[in-house]
Amino acid sequence: MPRDELDVMSEIKRNYILQKIKKDGLRADGRKLDEMRKVVIQTNFIPRASGSAVVTLGRTKVVCGIKIEAGEPFPDTPNQGVLTTNVELLPMAFPTFEAGPPSEDSIEIARVVDRGIRESKMIDLQKLVVEPAKQVWIVFIDIDVIDYDGNLIDACTIAAVSALATAVVPASTIGQKDFPLPITCKPASVTMMKIDNVVIVDPDLEEEQIASARLTVTMAEDGHLKAMQKGEPGFFTLEEIQKAIKTSSDVGSQIRSNYPK
Amino acid sequence: MGTASDKKLFDENGLRLDGRSPGDLRPIRIETDVLNRADGSAFIEWGGNKIQVAVYGPREAYPRHMQDINQAFVRARYNMAAFSVDERKRPGPDRRSMEISKVISEALQAAIMVELFPRAQIDVFIEVLQADAGTRIAGLTASAVALAAAGVPMRDLVVGCTAGKVDGKVVLDLSKEEDNFGQADLPIAIMPKSGKVVLMQMDGDLSVDEFNEATSMIFKATERINQIQRDALKKNYANTAQDWGE
Repeated sequence: MPRDELDVMSEIKRNYILQKIKKDGLRADGRKLDEMRKVVIQTNFIPRASGSAVVTLGRTKVVCGIKIEAGEPFPDTPNQGVLTTNVELLPMAFPTFEAGPPSEDSIEIARVVDRGIRESKMIDLQKLVVEPAKQVWIVFIDIDVIDYDGNLIDACTIAAVSALATAVVPASTIGQKDFPLPITCKPASVTMMKIDNVVIVDPDLEEEQIASARLTVTMAEDGHLKAMQKGEPGFFTLEEIQKAIKTSSDVGSQIRSNYPK
Repeated sequence: MGTASDKKLFDENGLRLDGRSPGDLRPIRIETDVLNRADGSAFIEWGGNKIQVAVYGPREAYPRHMQDINQAFVRARYNMAAFSVDERKRPGPDRRSMEISKVISEALQAAIMVELFPRAQIDVFIEVLQADAGTRIAGLTASAVALAAAGVPMRDLVVGCTAGKVDGKVVLDLSKEEDNFGQADLPIAIMPKSGKVVLMQMDGDLSVDEFNEATSMIFKATERINQIQRDALKKNYANTAQDWGE
């Protein structure tokens, strides 16, 4: 993702990462090819939000806050609540991230995270209607990236799903009783990258810098595909994609075991 | 996508609303070099989609900080005309079009021999004049033709197609209604000679078996679409040869 002098990596390091993957089937940090970094989730970190989570994935760190507000539905979906997802790549997270309007990268991340949550129907939007066509609950998922060391898509999905799973709809603001956000399932995204024809799970920043292509597969508990995204200028073969789907199913259930409740 | 609906999308014979069977493509027509100023161009009609593509470059990358000393960078700009959809679309880029521009740029970069043009940029402008589902794949398919027509060195063309799930059945090349009321959408683009996948997105709900069925439908269809691309490129040169002969 970063495009500048920091993108340059010494030949020695590049070769070391490559050699280790090819010869030993291990990553520079000792992980197996399909091994995620350690995931730590802390929920209810921001009590002022309707739901929140701080997630560290290795040395990547993101904060997700959910705000739920009453508002108007979209005219074409009068009987549904509204879901929006936004990701901020904060300047504090990386030397070349800059303040300003959302970059292509942050839009792509937000849209892939959004698609996984939306298409798995994790949130039962039909239960978020106050008065059809007039008033519904709007769920804002906002994610701040505060430390960047690779694989933001998975870190952000984990944060969003964890924050949503603990979110409460503040119905007392309109004179009703607060209720937990209605959740039907917990999607997990698994992002893989290809380094010299080897596909690895959960790339860190150094691996991202030498990888050619990226693939994200989001599945829910039912084992069905809910969202996919291929990124970066490289390619995957159909066999690699089929294998990646299998990997995603396995690694996804490991991720899910970390989710709250 | 996936909004519950009682709209019937198959008739009693198992045919789709527009009379196609599940594995049928809509009619596709590609024309090359339809613009004067651009270095290469293509116009594609795919079902009701009408999309104009223009290529500029390779040319010096600007702004300078975007220059890559090792290779050209490919910048596709996917844009929908205000009048391209039922309800007027606010002109200018939005989050959807920015994401599509990004994945199309990356797909084209895989095919173009970018290493031949350090410090250069290659612009691909994709204008959706009328949208009828599958615009990103139609735009990408036409972009590859426009690049070839511009003489940009490429490893292969790029050809795409979508498949999806409608009423629980996997179908090829979703129409507008099927896209709106269907349960899944899977656009894929490949380099046809090698079968390498350079663009893939998916949303909705697909089992792994349905995914495999969808990809095999898509791979089969890309052979036909690739032939249409090649014919479009050849036709242009056949015409040129005739002009010179007379």
